[in-house]
Amino acid sequence: MVNRNVVGAHYGLRDWIMQRVTAVVMLAYTVALVVLLLAMPSDFDSWKALFSQTWVRLFTQITLLALFLHVWVGIRDVWMDYIKPTGLRLSLHVFTIVWLTGCFIYSVKVVWGLQ
Amino acid sequence: MTNETIQFRVYRYNPDQDAKPYMQDISVEIDSTDRKLLDALVKLKVKDETISFRRSCREGVCGSDAMNINGKNGLACLTDVRDLKQPIELRPIPGLPVIRDLIVDMTQFFTQYHSIKPYVVNNSPAPERERLQSPEDRKELDGLYECILCACCSTSCPSFWWNPDKFVGPAGLLAAYRFIADTRDEATSERLDNLEDPYRLFRCHSIMNCVDVCPKGLNPTRAIGKIKDLMVKRAV
Repeated sequence: MVNRNVVGAHYGLRDWIMQRVTAVVMLAYTVALVVLLLAMPSDFDSWKALFSQTWVRLFTQITLLALFLHVWVGIRDVWMDYIKPTGLRLSLHVFTIVWLTGCFIYSVKVVWGLQ
Repeated sequence: MTNETIQFRVYRYNPDQDAKPYMQDISVEIDSTDRKLLDALVKLKVKDETISFRRSCREGVCGSDAMNINGKNGLACLTDVRDLKQPIELRPIPGLPVIRDLIVDMTQFFTQYHSIKPYVVNNSPAPERERLQSPEDRKELDGLYECILCACCSTSCPSFWWNPDKFVGPAGLLAAYRFIADTRDEATSERLDNLEDPYRLFRCHSIMNCVDVCPKGLNPTRAIGKIKDLMVKRAV
């Protein structure tokens, strides 16, 4: 392979939009959670009651998905900024995807209380 | 007329003689009529003629005398010398290869600038006299056409430091939007295609160092945002 400087992958817009949309989702969830927590008594039973509601679980799950997608774009940006060797960068991308996929699957188990 | 002594700490590097760069402490007397940093530098050059820097128009139009002044990029000819904390630390604009002292090799900067085709592309038959614009359309170019390519912005941008070979940089992207915004240009779609790339455009993380340093008061971040807006508009 000749050592040419190559650019022009023609992607990036979707990730850029995704980063912004997921940020809005996380902000909405943070505000909602703070309001809900302030409105309820701070004990285990009310915490349990809150998270037994399907819409709370769904909102939490969607926010966690948004978080992982947001992290993917952000961490990939860090690799692209600083890691020069292509092979190492690709390996780090793959590692990040595998790690975040694991985090997502585990978050499903936690949020829905799967055994 | 009272004279004043100005203390300098200047980055010196002559690759033919010096193993590595060093900082030289030097002072110079300026007259009360010397107002700008460049005036003092010209006096400094008289005192020590080996100090090298670029300058030409001495009024902020040519963009030659961009340098890192007390840690911030700027034009020596537009910076009031008496406003600066002494010793005034002068370094070459960061991120580009140093040729000598304050002179850098701008090849990478101009390669990026040329990569966005900085000229109006219009393949329609030329009208008899000229391609006219309405005053409103012309207004779109304000804040874009004034760029003098001094490279203060691009060389203060961390994304440009890490990927100067791939990221177009704020100056190039401002110029790109200048032609996208030009109603006489017919290559908008090709220009967006050319920029839709994780490195060429999306290395910009809106740090806004470019806005902070631009000696002409321009806003590359806003121009980059408008490029992204147009990409969103054509994609959704």
